[in-house]
Amino acid sequence: MSSNPQIEMNHTDMGTKSKHTISVLVDHNLNALSRILGMFNGRGFDIDTISFGEGQQPGLARITITTHGDSQIVEQIIKQLHNVIDVIKVRDLSFEPFVERELALIKVSAHPSRRSEIMQIVNVFRAKIIDMSPDKLTIEVTGNNDKITAALGMLRQFGLVEVARTGTVALRREFTGDT
Amino acid sequence: MNNQATQVKKDSLDDKHTEALVDAKPQEQILNGSEILVKTLTDLGVDTIFGYPGGAVLPIYDKLYNNPDLNHILVRHEQGGTHAADGYARATGKPGVVLVTSGPGGTNTVTGIATAAIDSIPLVVFTGQVATNLIGNDAFQEADIVGITRPITKHSYLVKDVNDLEYTIREAFHIATTGKPGPVLIDLPKDMVMSKGHYTGNKTVNKRSYRPVTHGHHSQIMKAADLLSNAKKPLIYAGGGVLLGKAWEELTSFAERVNVPVTTTLMGLGCFPESKSQSLGMLGMHGTYYANMAMTECDVLLAVGARFDDRVTGRVDGFSPNSRKIHIDIDPSCIAKNIPVEVPIVGDVKNVLPQLDNYTEKPDTKEWWDTLNKWKSDHPLQSPRAKDHIKPQHMIEAISEVTKGEAVVVTDVGQHQMWAAQLYKYNHPRSFISSGGLGTMGYGFPAAMGAAIGNPDRPVFCISGDGGFQMTIFELATCVQNNIPVKIAIMNNGYLGMVRQWQELFFDKRYSSVDLRDGNPDFVKLAEGYGAVGLRATTPEEMDEVLQKAMEINDRPVVMDIVVDREENCYPMVPAGAALNEMVEGNSEQ
Repeated sequence: MSSNPQIEMNHTDMGTKSKHTISVLVDHNLNALSRILGMFNGRGFDIDTISFGEGQQPGLARITITTHGDSQIVEQIIKQLHNVIDVIKVRDLSFEPFVERELALIKVSAHPSRRSEIMQIVNVFRAKIIDMSPDKLTIEVTGNNDKITAALGMLRQFGLVEVARTGTVALRREFTGDT
Repeated sequence: MNNQATQVKKDSLDDKHTEALVDAKPQEQILNGSEILVKTLTDLGVDTIFGYPGGAVLPIYDKLYNNPDLNHILVRHEQGGTHAADGYARATGKPGVVLVTSGPGGTNTVTGIATAAIDSIPLVVFTGQVATNLIGNDAFQEADIVGITRPITKHSYLVKDVNDLEYTIREAFHIATTGKPGPVLIDLPKDMVMSKGHYTGNKTVNKRSYRPVTHGHHSQIMKAADLLSNAKKPLIYAGGGVLLGKAWEELTSFAERVNVPVTTTLMGLGCFPESKSQSLGMLGMHGTYYANMAMTECDVLLAVGARFDDRVTGRVDGFSPNSRKIHIDIDPSCIAKNIPVEVPIVGDVKNVLPQLDNYTEKPDTKEWWDTLNKWKSDHPLQSPRAKDHIKPQHMIEAISEVTKGEAVVVTDVGQHQMWAAQLYKYNHPRSFISSGGLGTMGYGFPAAMGAAIGNPDRPVFCISGDGGFQMTIFELATCVQNNIPVKIAIMNNGYLGMVRQWQELFFDKRYSSVDLRDGNPDFVKLAEGYGAVGLRATTPEEMDEVLQKAMEINDRPVVMDIVVDREENCYPMVPAGAALNEMVEGNSEQ
């Protein structure tokens, strides 16, 4: 039985996990958001980040979810999202060019003697210092998820006091250059 | 608080501004929320409601008082109400409607809603709620029922404006009954049913986020037809979707024309007549030998409105390993969820099957039928008999005979359910009603009550166990009060039989907490205490008499205490973790 090629193929396929960024257009109400969160939780799917905010049309909201899983799981996630009655449109952006950003506010301990070192790192990541106290700095970093993780990694040595991250937001890229 | 109350009043139609608006639209009416609810339900063709009153729904119950259009059945527990509405829906194809009060009224419906959800049964459940200004205050009989039921409803609403009430109800019925059906809940704050608002009579429902696919993709249907036409060993695997989609005629004529064997799931029983030669009966954990072997050996599998449940597939890597699979389902998320499928067809079975029929040529299945017929004759279902006591299998066959296969059979959950599925001959749709997905003990009797209300012309047999019947036994009062002639046949073995069977087979006969006998009531006296008829049988002769008597009583419920062999096991059985073809056909000593 295990020699069946179709099943074996699917087994190998199931082994590859990848990251997915899913954009969901929904009716703007908390019941819709709760249903989506409950669906992920109840069916054992993962959410890496989620953001919820008003979309371009009044009464609609855009939810951006980043998740990971093999193709079968991600296919189920997309289908189950469609089953939520208030969901209007679901798009797995990972299959097309897209732009994504996340914003993080990072508060680090910064003894005056180490400030310039921190500022060098801030420059490299094109981040901004947006608040300062005698012994702490608050830094704003914008970028994709990896960049923020990298910035956090560099800043960790100074002592992270508090971190707030927005989660990824993303939109499809309109023009890819090849016409 | 006062402020909010004023706000509510302003939102309602009690002020001059909105009255002017209403004047401009003379076809509209101003009614209070309760009147809107009753009027909309009547307009939607609802004639039966199962419910239980309470503080938050008093204004609605006032409008139901002496209402000739709506038959309200006062159940004895809200769980019974949801199960009854569910049984009513399965027996009639119409949505079941439930009305309960806030707090405990709502929470008691939860098991019934979950049962309906997993079997895709259309229900609309109205729950009372504390007044809008009290929501969130931990008020008396307040529960966040929308939150509690969110994972087990297809959709839910909290009505915040009485002017939305009519449309919300219409949309709820639309969502409950279309696409893949399911339960929808509407939470009605008390102030919403008391204040005044518009009733428009506008029947149009338009929700842009909800557009179920109905027609299958043509090229997919062509691919499926091609696979089936060239199959050597084809098999149709039909599920509850055929019944929900009212496609039993399409399925039967298609399968007969192309002469392809049909196996049904537990939920699909009755969608293909078991009297036809193409029928292989039920497959799965307690399915027939030949259905499970056909599933394992087939080369092309057509799944119709079925969802490859784990009770059907057994161990997935041993499930139908050599077949190319086609799957018709209205719910895309059911396709390739458990088993990879080569040709998915998303659509309504009632539309897709005739198209498939059009393009499929009759495959050459002579050799396949030789194999199938040999399996059928060599491995029939076992139905042992005893002279001095009743074998449970005998009980089911006796019911099948006395009703000539024409009854609506409603079961509870456990051994009797599997025997009823195997051994009763189902030749008509909507004849077998059972909690398949959730496996809700206590479902059978109230569901039978609902089925009987929806089906006054057919005998309704509730086959239950002594355990499950006691979970919702109180609905006897509802049946007596409303002269509902449900025939309840208790397969009484004094055990939680299916659990005992698993303990016998997998836990060294350590019968932990399954013996009910010493606590069981005298079911005959109990029935009589309610004003129902109670009968008892302990031998095959007595059983025949009792069943005959029960068939003649049509004005009251009849409780038949049928005492059966205590430790009979239900076979064939695919043990958990085994593949379908690794089923156990009987006790090793047999």
